[in-house]
This record gives sequence, C-alpha cells and structure tokens, in this order.
Amino acid sequence: MKIIVCVKQVPDTSGKVAVNPDGTLNRASMAAITNPDDLNAVEAALVLKEQTGAEVIVVSMGPPPAEGMLREVMARGVDRAVLVSGREFGGSDTYATSQILAAAINKIGVGPEDIVMCGRQAIDGDTAQVGPQIAEKLGLPQVSYAAEIKKDGDTLTIKRMLEDGYMTIKVKTPCLITCIKELNNPRYMSVNGIFECYAKPYEIFDYNTLKDDPLIDPSTIGLKGSPTNIFKSFTPPQKGVGMMLEGADKATCDKLAGILAAKHMI
Amino acid sequence: MDFVLSKEHQMLRKMYREFAENEVKPLATEIDEEERFPTETVEKMAKLGMMGIYFPKEYGGAGGDVLSYVMCVEELAKVCGTTAVIVSAHTSLCCAPIFEHGTEEQKKKYLPDLLSGKKIGAFGLTEPNAGTDASGQQTTAVLEGDHYVLNGSKCFITNGTVADTIVVFAMTDPKAGNHGISAFIVEKSFPGFSVGKHEKKMGIRGSSTCDLIFQDCIVPKENLLGQEGKGFKIAMMTLDGGRIGIASQALGIGEGAIDEAVKYTQERVQFKKRLSQFQNTQFQLADMHTRMQAAQYLVYAAAMKKQNHEPYSMDAAMAKLFAAEAASDVTRRAVQLFGGYGYTREYPVERMMRDAKITEIYEGTSEVQRMVIASHLGVK
Repeated sequence: MKIIVCVKQVPDTSGKVAVNPDGTLNRASMAAITNPDDLNAVEAALVLKEQTGAEVIVVSMGPPPAEGMLREVMARGVDRAVLVSGREFGGSDTYATSQILAAAINKIGVGPEDIVMCGRQAIDGDTAQVGPQIAEKLGLPQVSYAAEIKKDGDTLTIKRMLEDGYMTIKVKTPCLITCIKELNNPRYMSVNGIFECYAKPYEIFDYNTLKDDPLIDPSTIGLKGSPTNIFKSFTPPQKGVGMMLEGADKATCDKLAGILAAKHMI
Repeated sequence: MDFVLSKEHQMLRKMYREFAENEVKPLATEIDEEERFPTETVEKMAKLGMMGIYFPKEYGGAGGDVLSYVMCVEELAKVCGTTAVIVSAHTSLCCAPIFEHGTEEQKKKYLPDLLSGKKIGAFGLTEPNAGTDASGQQTTAVLEGDHYVLNGSKCFITNGTVADTIVVFAMTDPKAGNHGISAFIVEKSFPGFSVGKHEKKMGIRGSSTCDLIFQDCIVPKENLLGQEGKGFKIAMMTLDGGRIGIASQALGIGEGAIDEAVKYTQERVQFKKRLSQFQNTQFQLADMHTRMQAAQYLVYAAAMKKQNHEPYSMDAAMAKLFAAEAASDVTRRAVQLFGGYGYTREYPVERMMRDAKITEIYEGTSEVQRMVIASHLGVK
C-alpha cells in the first residue's frame, strides 16, 4: 500500500505579502515554507503508515531548491520524495499543475489499495483546486475537507468539515483526500529523521520523464497551458474579532436582533 | 574549522527552534513560578530523539553529533533555562559516562532506556564537604561478596528527584585519595537509596535539585563503572563534556535575552522615541550580541573537538567560562534595557538573569575553569 502526498513550497504569507508590479507574488522576498494544509496531509499519511505499514511518498512541483522542503518532510518520517521540475512546467496555473502532478502520480503508480492526499489549499493562491482536479484527471473518487479519517480494510470513513456542518462519507481505495488543519497536529521533524533524510530516495521527474503521459501536452502545461490570468495579488483584510452572546433567553435573542438590525443585516 | 553549518544542522536548528517556541516557551514562566519539573516536555523531547542526540543508533540514540546536541541545549535555553539543563545533565552527565566508560553489558542494559528518554539520568559527585574540591569524597563503597555497600550522601543533584539511573561516585579506598574514588551506576530502586530534600533555588527553578542518600545501599558488583579507583578520572572527563552542555545553556540564555531586548526596545517609547533609537540601546545590544557570538564560536569549537576525538578539556573550560560570564552580563544588561518592567515577572528577562547565574557555578565554577585553562597553559 502506498500513500502519495502532494506538497507545495509556498511563501510565508503570515507576514506582509510582497507583490510584483505585474500582480504576481514576489516569492523571492518572502521566506519559503511548506504549505500548512499539506503538512496536515503528510501527518494523516504518517498516521496511516503507523497503522498499516504503508509507504509514504511526497510529490511536489517546483524549482530545484524545493528539495530542502522535501528533505524536511522526509525528516518527519516520509519514505521517499519526487520533485517534478522543468522549465516546461514553469508558469502553470492550477489546471496545468494538476495535469502535471496527475502525470507524476501516474508514473509512481496508483494501485487498488493506494491513497492520494493533498492539503485543502495552498496559502499563496487559496484556490483549493489542485487536489480535486488531480482526482478528476486520475479518475479517482475524491473526498475534500477531511477533518477525520478512519481506515478499515479498503474502506475509508471520512468526516468532512463544511461551512455549515459535517458530512461523513465512506469511500473505497484508491481515492484522493484533501485535508484541513482540523484533521491533526503535524509532528515535528525528529533528530533521527533529520540525520536520515538525506539518505532517503529522492527523484526528479522532468519533462522527459513525463512527456509520454497522455496528460502531458505542450498546450496543457506551463504558462501556455494555463487558462488563468492573475488580475491582482493582495493580502486579504484581517477578519475582525467576532462577538459572542451567551444565553438562550428572550433578552439575549432581542439583543442579537437589535445588533443585527443596527447593522442593517435584518 | 568550518564556520558553515551543514544542511542537517540548519534543519536541526529549525526543528529545535519550532519545538522550543511552541512547546517550551509557553511553559517557561509557569514551571519557574511553580518550581515544577516539566515532565510533559521531557516526554515530547524523548519522542523526537532529543534525550540521546549524539549516541549511536545501536544503543537507541539518534545517531547525531555533539554539535547537534549543543544546538539543542542552546535553542531550548533561549526560551527556558530549566528545560535546557534537564537535557544537558541527562545527556552529558549520565548517558555520556555510561557510553564512554561502561562495559558492553552496561551499555546494552542502561543506554536504550536513557537515550530514548524512557528513563532520566543524573550524576552524583557533589557532597556537602566535596564541592569544587571533588576529591574530598566522604561517601564510601565497600565490596561485600557480589555487591558494594554505599553509605553517605550527595547534594545539589540535578534531575535528582526524577532520575531512574544515576552515576554515583564513592570512596572504595579512602587512604588512596583521588585514586580511591570509584564510579557506580545506581538505580533508584536499589535498596538503601533515597532522595532527600529538594533545594529551593534562585533560578532554573523547574529543574529538580536534591540530596541523594545512601544508607547501606546495595549496588551489584557489575554496576561498577570503569575500574575501581578510576572514578575521579571518569568524573573529570565527564565534567569536561558536561561543560560543553552548560556552556550551550549559558549561550542560549544570553541569546534569548538579546532576542527579548531587541523586540522590547523596538516597541517601548520614551521621550517620543523608541528605545531602539537611542544610541545607548544600540551600543548595549551591539556589545551583548558580540559577546554571545564570541561565546557561540567557543562553544561550537569545543563541540567539534569533542566530536573529532581531539583533546578538548581546555576548549570546554574556555567555552563555559566565557559563555557563562557573558550570559550573566548580557541578561543583567537586558533587565536594565527593560527598566522597571524588566524587574517584574511579567517579562522573561528577570528569569533569564536568575537562570544565567548558575552557569557560572555548576559543573565547575568560573574559578575552576580558570584553573583548568591555566593548567593547560603550564602555568604553575
């Protein structure tokens, strides 16, 4: 059994976001980190590894320096890593990226017992599109927004966290799951893991490695294959602190109605 | 000496720092106030391999090197001096002498539990009348058949109340002076062993410091560490290594105080200016950083020499002497930069100042370090 986890190196947007004149992110001026939701996916995979003995493989698309991030992920306990890297892939939007990552996952191979995992979304683009698109391109059933995962044989019971409630879904392997931060607390790298991570298998898939996959076509990858145009990049305004009213009595309800009315919401 | 850290060491620094910020810093004030040993933190560190960093995997260690241990103690000490000394005393004073002087059977029996952090280690050398003059040991060990009988007491033992395994020194031949001292591996469950009073300290208040009492304590003969009469040498060699750990603790405490002072002086406004805009603040911080940077080079150099099996006794003494005195100076200056707020327990710098002081005292006072350095210079 294999668990393939897609991870992305992203600029740390917890500070100020730097934007180029053309509206794209100025990645060079921001520290690079592993996308936080992807670490939840890695943790979920490592928990399943502890339960089942599965092999955990991480895949990332990015420039060669992304190796550092992949080594760090291996220092947490991941078995091997694949970096998908090539000039032909540069400038890809979510459509092209999912095309390329799906081809890379095909190359690794998805068997009947295998699971593909992704973070819900990357903090640089906030699209949440790549995971679901990979599932579509691989023809895998997908379960997004996983907040709890239980495995029993070839069946996974997944609790999805949606804005207005929870939904529990059963799915059989092979499948793709996108993970949210509520799923777990990612473990730290360990001292042993750090001293082992540079000895673990690390492969680079370039254009030539993937070019024979039907998904890889010059018109569907890289900047040319990307239908998205970036209009503007910006730091979303911070949400204000919410207000909590406690009590199930009429007075509290009246107060709530009064506040909403004052804001012209009702 | 290579001044560039390897990729692994850079990654370790990042991991230690994340761990210290998220798991250690939030508890630092509480364990100081309550004088509480942070058991939960030790369990977390154990899982990450931090209780046996530079020992081989065959004994359950993490397979790292001395520098990776030094960096661990340093990063922990930046936010909590207590947590740093727990790792340092356990590693340098208990795991190291068993690894370096133990028989294969002793290593196989004791190291896996110690290095995996299932058990905590301590070191019993100091006695009420044998502090800096460690040769004045009054605890005795008498061989009776297949075991030794230990009688006496030890004091100021770091990790004492929580330790499962303790390297203890006792006189097997009182007439032979230093050559009459032997080392033993004592388990807390041995009959006749008990833990005495807990010291109330000025700093590192979450660390357990207590007396150990041996009253006809039965120690199996096979728990003699090294040869009979070689205990003093084992103690001195162990303290050479321990000094690198304490130097790292001092280094971290000083660096942590600078981090706090840099942050605070950029926020605090007086006379319509941020404190950081005053030249005095800038000069103070520049001096503080220069001292701690110099300390870091000394500490890392000593660690590299130990790692490479080169003589490092003088390097460890210089590192500890300089780092400890720098830490005391830097933390005192940090409190001064904070003004009245620095003197309150609302901010961490007063704790850092209290924690720093002990690094000039334990595992050899600064005066002892000067004696060691002078003796290496051949000055008599």
